[in-house]
Amino acid sequence: MTTEALSASSSRLLEGPHGAKPKKLTISRIGVYAFLVLAALFFLMPLWVMVVTSLKGMPEIQMRNLFAWPSELTFEPWIKAWDTACTGRDCNGLKPGFWNSVKITAVGTVFSIVIAAMNGYALSFWRYKGANILFGLLLFGAFVPYQVVIYPLILAFRQVGLFGTFPAIIIVHTIFGMPILTLLFRNFFVSLPPELFKAARVDGAGFWQIFFQIMLPMSVPIAIVAVILQVTGIWNDFLFGTVFAGRENMPMTVQLNNIVQTTTGVREYNVHMAATILTAAVPLAVYFISGKWFVRGIAAGAVKG
Amino acid sequence: MTEVASANPTASIQADGRAKRGRLRLSTVMSVVGTTPMIVTAIGVFVICIIYSFLLSFTNSKLFPAFDFIGTDQYARLWATPRWLVSANNLWIFGLLSIGANMVVGYLLAVFMDQRIRQEDLFRSIFLYPFAMSLVITGLVWRWILDPNYGLQATVQGWGFTDFQFAPLVDSNTAIYGLVVAGIWNGVGVTMAIMLAGLRGVDGEIWKAAKIDGIPTWKTYLQIVLPMMRGAILTAFILQCVGVVRVFDLVVAMTQGGPGIATQMPAIFVIQHITDRANVGLGMAAATMMLLPVVVLLSLQQFIQWRANKKRMNAL
Repeated sequence: MTTEALSASSSRLLEGPHGAKPKKLTISRIGVYAFLVLAALFFLMPLWVMVVTSLKGMPEIQMRNLFAWPSELTFEPWIKAWDTACTGRDCNGLKPGFWNSVKITAVGTVFSIVIAAMNGYALSFWRYKGANILFGLLLFGAFVPYQVVIYPLILAFRQVGLFGTFPAIIIVHTIFGMPILTLLFRNFFVSLPPELFKAARVDGAGFWQIFFQIMLPMSVPIAIVAVILQVTGIWNDFLFGTVFAGRENMPMTVQLNNIVQTTTGVREYNVHMAATILTAAVPLAVYFISGKWFVRGIAAGAVKG
Repeated sequence: MTEVASANPTASIQADGRAKRGRLRLSTVMSVVGTTPMIVTAIGVFVICIIYSFLLSFTNSKLFPAFDFIGTDQYARLWATPRWLVSANNLWIFGLLSIGANMVVGYLLAVFMDQRIRQEDLFRSIFLYPFAMSLVITGLVWRWILDPNYGLQATVQGWGFTDFQFAPLVDSNTAIYGLVVAGIWNGVGVTMAIMLAGLRGVDGEIWKAAKIDGIPTWKTYLQIVLPMMRGAILTAFILQCVGVVRVFDLVVAMTQGGPGIATQMPAIFVIQHITDRANVGLGMAAATMMLLPVVVLLSLQQFIQWRANKKRMNAL
């Protein structure tokens, strides 16, 4: 119920407001803006702190002026975060993690979306006996705490020799993205006019033909939402990366955390903050470019938590 | 939420009918083939894995699974383990505080956003952008802001307010509040967006009627509109609950469960016991306890739905 209501209301969200009509600049209007601006400052403050900290040298950071713009700009922390920051014995910075995350996100996104689109298509037009029960189980899976299924999954991957490999992390992202993505595609396909499907059947098109030639091209709008959802979701993942990816494929978030938590030597807060911004850059870019699509994605995918 | 599965039967009934008259067998086979990943995931992961974990919680498994059943010993042990008691307790404190604050602040922001303000898109972007970032990033940023030596506390003291104290993370009694602040910063935008959508779904006539009756705006929001937004509130609430039970990244990045074990959480407890601590039996007992509130919540929701449907049927 919740998601369906939401995808309906997410478009409503983009309509105009209908609160009390504003008259002129009264005291209460000023109050409204004051509240919103204060709230906005609270939300922006950490971003500001991240940026200014990353541009300061360590001596200036130790002057305890969290919010001040650096008196002496330096990009050294950024270079160090990207290139030479250490996690344990490795001193290669964030770049290996960045490329790992790019690979995992790209492959994982495509894989999970194609599979989910197929699920949604089959669930809408070719529902076999028991398909709804499977779908119900899948939706239940959207709420299951990951910790309940992680250990058996580790065992299963060990059994087939995939534990700690690239395929393992892709499969895991596909599994845990499946409930919400399948729901997304199923709701989309069900909302299409049934005549479309009937006409294709009359023309003699089969299961795969209808999927690849008619349904997949039609599902571009919902696929965009799915891509936004998966790119941010997979990029931001930490738990699965730690458990399943192995050292070779360690995603950026895990590496970032390792860099910051490394306790040897002086804590270089400027490098840490530069590394944090670098890791946040991709989802932030997706967010600001996609704009209202992102809101729709959240509305549809908020279940994923 | 699960009832979407049955909510829209018309389209597929038509499709089914069509398929049945045609090449029933081949198309069914294709449909099963096409959804193999779903079948494997739904049954393999969300049924078999859960049952497997559940069974392991009754065994004495250490690093590897062993099926020597010892009854409910692990549960007894679990509830006698201080680390777990702290985790479970933290989940309640963190959950109540962050869900409560999230709902109140989220609704408040939504109401203010609903005042025909200028630059609504800009404000929405600002309130929502933290959600685009990982909880690891949220945790690391706030850990830096709350750093006792160089962070907010030191800075404000440097402005002359020498008595200013705000470094919750270093004190085991207050560390959890630091997590709550960071969690709200990350997620309240989503609650706001859901609530705002709910507000805009309320019939405009209600507003006219309230105005005619001379009811003040704030009272209309609180006493008339709020109860009408049950759907949005329930959605936001369920999302919050799921997020709270899962909270892991935030704690790992911000406090690593410390100081000491002050900010341990069930999600971390389970991971620690299936990896470093090599006590799978106990870890799986903990995982089962994590599943319990989810099952209760979902059953409750199903029950409410079922009752509403029955009422509707009776009314017809």
